[in-house]
Amino acid sequence: MGAPCRQAYSETLLAIARQDPTVFVVCSDSSGSAMLGDFAAQLPGQFVEAGIAEQDAVGIGAGLANAGLKPFVTGPACFYSMRSAEQVKVDVAYSHSNVKVVGISGGVSYGALGTSHHSLQDIATMCAIPDLAVVLPADAWQTARMTESLVAYDGPVYVRMGRNAVPDVYGPGGVSGRTDPFVLGKANLLLEGDDVLVVSAGEALHAAYVGATLLRERGISAAVLDLASIMPLDEGAVLAAAARVRAVVTVEEHSVHGGIGSLVASLLAERAPRRMRRIAFPRENLVTGTGAEVFVHYGLTPENVAAQGEALLREVDAAGGAGAGAR
Amino acid sequence: MAPAPTPARNPAAPLDLDRVAALRRADLLTMIHLAKSGHVGGSLSSVDILTALYYDVLDVRPDEPRWPGRDRFVLSKGHSVEGLLCILADRGFFPRAELATYCRYGSRLIGHPSVKVPGIELCTGALGHGLPAGVGMALGAKRTGQTWRTYVLMGDGEQAEGSVWEAAMAAAAHKLDNLVGILDRNRLQISGPTEQVMPLENLADKWRAFGWEVVRVNGHDIPALIAALRGAPCRPGAPTLVLADTTKGRGVKLMENAVKWHHGVPSKEQLAEALADLGVGEVSF
Repeated sequence: MGAPCRQAYSETLLAIARQDPTVFVVCSDSSGSAMLGDFAAQLPGQFVEAGIAEQDAVGIGAGLANAGLKPFVTGPACFYSMRSAEQVKVDVAYSHSNVKVVGISGGVSYGALGTSHHSLQDIATMCAIPDLAVVLPADAWQTARMTESLVAYDGPVYVRMGRNAVPDVYGPGGVSGRTDPFVLGKANLLLEGDDVLVVSAGEALHAAYVGATLLRERGISAAVLDLASIMPLDEGAVLAAAARVRAVVTVEEHSVHGGIGSLVASLLAERAPRRMRRIAFPRENLVTGTGAEVFVHYGLTPENVAAQGEALLREVDAAGGAGAGAR
Repeated sequence: MAPAPTPARNPAAPLDLDRVAALRRADLLTMIHLAKSGHVGGSLSSVDILTALYYDVLDVRPDEPRWPGRDRFVLSKGHSVEGLLCILADRGFFPRAELATYCRYGSRLIGHPSVKVPGIELCTGALGHGLPAGVGMALGAKRTGQTWRTYVLMGDGEQAEGSVWEAAMAAAAHKLDNLVGILDRNRLQISGPTEQVMPLENLADKWRAFGWEVVRVNGHDIPALIAALRGAPCRPGAPTLVLADTTKGRGVKLMENAVKWHHGVPSKEQLAEALADLGVGEVSF
């Protein structure tokens, strides 16, 4: 098991901020949950406490950016993507403020704390806001690269990462062993394949990747595409990878509505239809459990990714091949 | 005859700011008449405040709108954009002729402040957003040792937004004596008197309880406004609220204290009547 993404984020940001006094953090009583206690203690002049007031925190971020600073407004994704959504839309994106809104403990990280603490609508909400980049790192390694990249990027971004330790996909110890740089707007094709394409991002990527390897062990040529940056969507990478396969499976820690599955389905429907399965959370209040238990309950597992991929390919082949349903 | 644009600020020859404000009222009414769209009442109530700011208090450079050392102004009551646009154009931030494009297809002059317009710091229009951003600006200046100041103009109906009070708390907590809030207290909002829609009083006591120094002024007395705005901070370490008592629709008898003129478009005849009240001839852009 690797480190939590939030830990990689906080350590990387602190290291950069020691060298760059314009890097600021704004928290909403969230320095502990964001693992930014060291940042607050070591760089108090670059740390701003807003209290439990996410709307104010995002507005303060926009004001700091106006003053020439690089604020990272950081706290639970569930609150920043919903309660302060209007501030993200108007003060940050519409005003083109150089603010990074970093939602930590995203998705179902909070597990049994329930729907109030889950952020399963944030991709849908944030991707519909013009000029706002939306990023979901998959593991500690990618989070560190992403953090470095976003400090250098002058523009509004929403980031969502999880709370818990997750297995590494990237880096020397990662299941893929890949060391791709993080580039906003660029997806990473982690495995090439000609039968089925698995598209994912964020902390569901590990299940997607391992699920694809299970398919490959069964003789199915499965590709894996990590979107990494959901918006801007790397449409070219999606279309190129989809063009080679007969079926597409999406895997995401989000509502089945408006997330990665929806984005990929919309793109393919317009440009190159492929039969799809979307593995995501249903539009209902979820079963009680840890994040890991909730993942298993709703099929965000390697075994289910493989099973859905196999089943979908059988359907497609029975119907006469890729895109048959649309012709 | 078109009134001449106001000359650039010249301390050696003080402007007649009451006359400047009358000219800008005439501009904004004409602009709204041409666009067939706009928020009349709240724009007229805030013109004297904006005049005090842009012709005296603010250190800004129309030819270098993003100059890092500028004072910051945020129009949190973004629906009163018309007065601000007319003043920015008159101060030379963009050509005065562009005012004729207000709300027209493809124009950058839209019905709320937009950062596409030189001199505007933040897109506003959703209420309760200006003061939090102003807190960030003032905090940014303090943390980086810069001496410029931040001014945020709020509406009174806006005081019902919770985010105003989140920011009020934060400004006091961070000891932002370089931040000045201004409250355009015209006592009317879109559906009626503020005290009927959602009672706000006692506003001075509320702001003081949140750690602010409160200065109450007649919001149409420009010298008094300048003194209050320049007098801040009243107490080291404390943000200042200038509580400006105003009249919605100020300067035009037909529109003064009339709820229906929150927004509304003056007809040709009403515009002529308004300009006569203001003592200004016909306006062209």
